Amino acid sequence: MGKHKTPMLDELEKGPWPSFVSDIKQQVENGKHVLKEAPDDLLGVMELSYEDRVTHWKHGGIVGVFGYGGGIIGRYCDQPTNFPGVAHFHTVRVNQPSSKYYTTKFLGDLLDLWEKHGSGLTNMHGSTGDIVFLGTTTDHLEPLFFEMTHELNQDLGGSGSNLRTPECCLGKSRCQYACYDTQEVCHQLTNEYQDELHRPAFPYKFKFKFDGCPNGCVASIARSDMSVIGTWRDDIRIDQKAVAAYVNGEIKPNAGAHSGRDWGKFDIQKEVIALCPTNCMCYDGKTLEINNRECTRCMHCLNVMPQALRVGVDQGASVLFGAKAPILEGAQMSTLTVPFIPMEPPYDELKDLIEKVWDWWMEEGKNRERLGELIQRKSFQEFLRVLELDPDPRMVDEPRSNPYIFWKEEEVEGGWTRDIEAYRAKHQR
Amino acid sequence: MTEDEARQLILETLKSKSKSKSKFYLKDFYAIVPDMKNREVKNLVNKMVMEGHLEYWSSGSTTLIGLKGMGKQHAEED
Repeated sequence: MGKHKTPMLDELEKGPWPSFVSDIKQQVENGKHVLKEAPDDLLGVMELSYEDRVTHWKHGGIVGVFGYGGGIIGRYCDQPTNFPGVAHFHTVRVNQPSSKYYTTKFLGDLLDLWEKHGSGLTNMHGSTGDIVFLGTTTDHLEPLFFEMTHELNQDLGGSGSNLRTPECCLGKSRCQYACYDTQEVCHQLTNEYQDELHRPAFPYKFKFKFDGCPNGCVASIARSDMSVIGTWRDDIRIDQKAVAAYVNGEIKPNAGAHSGRDWGKFDIQKEVIALCPTNCMCYDGKTLEINNRECTRCMHCLNVMPQALRVGVDQGASVLFGAKAPILEGAQMSTLTVPFIPMEPPYDELKDLIEKVWDWWMEEGKNRERLGELIQRKSFQEFLRVLELDPDPRMVDEPRSNPYIFWKEEEVEGGWTRDIEAYRAKHQR
Repeated sequence: MTEDEARQLILETLKSKSKSKSKFYLKDFYAIVPDMKNREVKNLVNKMVMEGHLEYWSSGSTTLIGLKGMGKQHAEED
C-alpha cells in the first residue's frame, strides 16, 4: 500500500490492458531502487494532476553531464514539499542499440545500474527509440554516466537542439523486404555525427530514421526530418508457381497473419489486384503481371503474398525530408527529395546530402523552426537549389500545390526579354 | 577576429544583456560574432561550456545557453 491515496489512478488498472499504474506500484513494493520515495511520490503527484487537471512539472532545467549538451533533461516538481521523492526527477535518454537488440544480461546490467542511481522506472522505449530512465537527482548523474559509459560501454542519446538518437527498423537482420542494411547505416551515422548528437548545433531538434522498405516499421516518413526508406529500381520478382499456390489455398495469405478468423477462400482479384492503388497489376488465372513503372511501392501485394513476390534486386533508398508532429501548421509527412540513392558503406553520398541540409538549416532556420517548416517558408524549389538537385515529377504530391517550380531567367530561352511582337504574330490573345 | 577576441565579445555581450535576459539561442551567438562561420561559433560555444564560462539550459526539446550561474539555478528549483 503506497503512502498516497490514488483513486483515479486505480481506475486505470481496471481495463483490459497492461497498466503503467500497476507497474509503478510494483516498483514501490518490490523495487531495489536507491531513490526510495520516487515511485510512490510519482503516483501521488500524478493523482494530484488528475484532480487539478494541470501538470505539476516545471519546464526543463540546467542539468547535464560533463562534455554533453544532451541526453539528460532536467525535471522538477512544483510540489516538492508534498512529494519530496520527485522534487528533482531528471530524465536520462540512453542510446538504444540498432533495432533494439539486447542480451538479457545487458538489460539486467542496465536496470541494475538504474536502480543504483535512480527510481528504477523506465520507458522502454521513448518515441525517438531511446531507453528512457525516468527520475533521478542531480548528484547521481555523473556517477551514472561514468559507470554506464565505462562499465557497460553504453552512450547517452540526443535531446534538445541536437541530432536525436538515430533509429532503424529490424532491417536485414530479420526482414526479407529490407532493401539496405538499416542497422549498419544507423550505427555508422551515429558514430559519424557524435558531435551533433551530444552538443547542441541546430535551431531545433533533427531526427534521422531508417526504414528498410516502404512498409515503414519505424514510420520514418511521419516522424523524422530525414526519412531514409528502402526501395528498388528494377522489377518486383514474381514466382508464378507460388502465386498459383496462394490462389489454390496452399499458402496462407499475409503469412498467416489474419488466420485467427475464417475470412473465406483467398480471392486474388479482390484482395490484391483490385486494391493496387495504381491499378498496375493483372491476373488472368494463370499469370500475374505487374506494370512496374506504375508501382508506387505501397507494398500491399508483397505483404499479402510474400512467398510469391519479392522486392527487386537493384536496391537502395529514397530520401525524404521535412516530417514533423503538429507545431505550427499541423502534422506533416516528409517530402520525397532524392528518389534513389545507393546505400553502400561508407555512405558518402548520403553524408554529403545531410551536411548540405544542415548547413542551410543552420544558416537560414529560425529558432525552434524544424526543417520541414523552413522548406515550407523558403520553398521546396529553394531547398532543391541548395541540394543541387533538379526538380523531378516524383517529388510532386499533388499537381499545382506541391511543389511550385518557378523558372529562373537563365533557364528560359531568350530570358525575360523576348520579342513580344514576334510572339503575338503567332499567338493571338 | 581571433578565438580569444570572440570569446571575450561573447562574454561581454551576454553580461551587458544579463539584466533582461539570461538564456540565449545558439543563433543569437552567430549574431554576436558575425565574422565567424556558424560551425566555428557552435564549436566555440560548446568549448566555453566545457570551460565553465557558459552553461546549457534544456527544456528537453530545445537548448538554450547562458552565462554560468546566471538566471534560475538548480538549487533554486525547490
